[in-house]
Amino acid sequence: MNRSLRPLLATVVIFLIAYAAAVFQFPGLLSTRVLGNFLTDNAFLGIAAVGMTFVIISGGIDLSVGAVIGFTGVLVAVLITWLGWHPLAAFAAAFVVAAAFGAAMGLVIHYLEVPPFIVTLAGMFLARGGASVITQDSVPIDHPFYSAISSLYWRLPGGGRLSFVGLLMVAVFVVGAIVAHRTKFGSYVYALGGNATSASLMGVPVARTTVQIYTLSSVLACLAGIVFSLYTSAGYPLAAVGVELDAIGAVVIGGTLLTGGYGFVFGTFVGVMLLGLVQTYIIFDGTLSSWWTKIVIGFLLFLFIVLQRLVFAASARGDRVAEKA
Amino acid sequence: MMRIPLARLVNTQTIALVGVLLLNWILFPGFFKIEWQDGRLFGSLIDVLNRGAPVAILAIGMTAVIATKGVDLSVGAVMAMAGAVAATLVVGGYPGWVAVAGALTVGLLCGLWNGALVALLDIQPIIATLVLMVAGRGIAQLITEGSIVTFSDPTLVFIGTGSFLGLPMPVVIALALMILVTLAVRKTAIGLFIEAVGVNRSAATLAGIRSRLLLIAVYAVSGLCAAIAGIIVAGDIRGADANNAGLWLELDAILAAVIGGTSLLGGRFSIVMSVVGALIIQAMNTGILVSGYPPEFNLVVKAGMITLILMIQSPFAGRLLTWFGRNRRKGA
Repeated sequence: MNRSLRPLLATVVIFLIAYAAAVFQFPGLLSTRVLGNFLTDNAFLGIAAVGMTFVIISGGIDLSVGAVIGFTGVLVAVLITWLGWHPLAAFAAAFVVAAAFGAAMGLVIHYLEVPPFIVTLAGMFLARGGASVITQDSVPIDHPFYSAISSLYWRLPGGGRLSFVGLLMVAVFVVGAIVAHRTKFGSYVYALGGNATSASLMGVPVARTTVQIYTLSSVLACLAGIVFSLYTSAGYPLAAVGVELDAIGAVVIGGTLLTGGYGFVFGTFVGVMLLGLVQTYIIFDGTLSSWWTKIVIGFLLFLFIVLQRLVFAASARGDRVAEKA
Repeated sequence: MMRIPLARLVNTQTIALVGVLLLNWILFPGFFKIEWQDGRLFGSLIDVLNRGAPVAILAIGMTAVIATKGVDLSVGAVMAMAGAVAATLVVGGYPGWVAVAGALTVGLLCGLWNGALVALLDIQPIIATLVLMVAGRGIAQLITEGSIVTFSDPTLVFIGTGSFLGLPMPVVIALALMILVTLAVRKTAIGLFIEAVGVNRSAATLAGIRSRLLLIAVYAVSGLCAAIAGIIVAGDIRGADANNAGLWLELDAILAAVIGGTSLLGGRFSIVMSVVGALIIQAMNTGILVSGYPPEFNLVVKAGMITLILMIQSPFAGRLLTWFGRNRRKGA
C-alpha cells in the first residue's frame, strides 16, 4: 500500500465507521433519499471546497470564498430581477467578474509578495462590502429558467432524488480530480506547494500558475454562489458567511496538508460528506442543539490533524523531525 | 538612559492614522471636539479609543503570536467563551471578581491548548487554532445554552463602561497591557527570543532557546488578552452573546498587526504599532459612521485601505523605490 495514500484512507475509514454508527442508530439514514439530500444540501460547499483544495495544495489559502458566494448571489439576483437579464447571461457576467477578482488577488500575491492570508482577507472585505453596497436586502429570483433548473432531478430507486446541483458538484469533483492529478497545471500546483523556489528553478511558471490557482478558486466560488442562489432562489449579501472555514475544514479533514504540496481532491469530497453527515445526524437526533455541530466539527478537525501528524511523523524519517524540533 | 528619537514616531502607520483622523475631521468638523462631562471625557476621538480597545488588546497578543511565525484564529471564539463564563458565573450568584478570574482562567486554558498543539504536536498554527475557532463558539453557546445571558454585576459593568482618570476603562486596560507587554518584550530578552523563534525555530532551539515553552507562553498570553477583551465586550453590553461576541475580530486583530508592520513571516514585530493599527481600523469605522455614510461602505473602504498599506510595505514597493533612486542618481 502506497504510504502517501494513508491519510486519505484514514479519512475514508473514519467516514465509513461514522456513517455505519449513524445508520446503526437511525436506520433511516441508509436511504437514497438521505444520500440524495447529502449531495444537494452540500453542493455549494463541495464546489467551493474543490477550489480551496487547489489553493491549499499550492501552499496558499483563500478566505474570500464565502464572500464571493454572497456577492455572486446578489449580482445574479440583481441582474435577473432588477435588470431583467436572462439567467445564463447573468451567470456569464458573474463568472467574468469572479475570474477578474481571483486573477487580481493572484497578481497581488505574486507580484507584491503579500501573504495570501492577508490578500484574500482584503478580497473578502471587498466582496462582502461590494455585495452590501449593491443591496442590503434579500433579492428574490423569480424566473422560469431558475425554477426549471432547481426542480430538475433524477429519481433514484428508493424514492431518493439526485438533483441537478448535486450532480453538478460530483462533476466538479471529477473534473477537479482529473485536473489535479492528470494535467500539467495540476503538477505545477503540487510543485508550487512543495517548494516554490525549487518549482521556479525547475521551470514551473510560478506567476502564471499562482494567478490561475486563485482565478480557479474564485470561479468555483462563483459557481458555488450560483448553486446557492438556485438552492435559495434569492441573493442575499450576508449569505454563506463563514463558508470558507467549512471549506478549509473539509479540505483538512480530507487529508490535504495546509503547508501545501500534498492532498487529494477525492479526500475533500469525503471531508464534505463527513461534515454533511454530522449535520444530518444532529437533525435526525432532534435532541441535540445546533451548537453541537460546531463542537463536533472542531473535534473532527482536531482528530484529523493529530492523525495526519502521527502518520507523517511515522513516514517521514529523520530530516523532517529534526527540522521541526 | 531612555531615548525615544522623534524620527521613530514618523512612519507609515502614524502617518496613516493622522491621515485617517484628518479625513474624518474634514468629513465631520466636530471630530476633534472633546468634552469633560460627569467626571470623564467624551468625544469622537475618545470613542475611537474606547471602541478600538478590544481589537487593540487582541492585537497585543496576536502580535506576539505572529512574531513567532504563527497566527491565532481562535481569539474571537475565546472572547465569546470568556464572556459566557463571566456572565454565567455572576448570574449564578458568584461575586464579580470570581467571574473575572474564571473568564481569565478560560482564556489561559484556551491559550495553553493552542500552544500545546503548536509547540508539542508541531501542528501548523493556522490549523491548530482553527480547531478552537470552530469549536469555541459552540462551547460558548453550550455554556449560555443558546441564549444571551444578561447581568448587572457592578464589577463587570465597570470594566466595560466605567472610567478611570477621565478615560474609559477599556482604554486604560489596553494602555496598561500595551505598556506591560512592551516592557516585557523590549526590556528583557523575551522579545529577542520571540523574534529568533519566528525567524528560524530550529536555529533558535539549537542556540539554546526553549522554543516549546516560549511558544506555549506566547499563545497563553494571546488567550489571556482575548479573555480580557471578552470581559470588556460582555461588560459593555451587560450581557454575553455567544453568537456575536468577538465575531470576526480575529481578522481585525491580524489586520491591526499587519498594518502595524508585523511580518506574517515572523521575526519582526512592534506591539505599539499594532495598537496604532487597531486605532487606524477603528478610526475608519468611526469616521464612516459619524460622517453619515452607510456602514456598508466600511468593508469596501477597509479593503482599499489594507491594499494601499500593504502595497506601501511590500518588498516590491521597496525595490521600486531603490530603482527610482538609482535612476535619479544616474540622471544627475
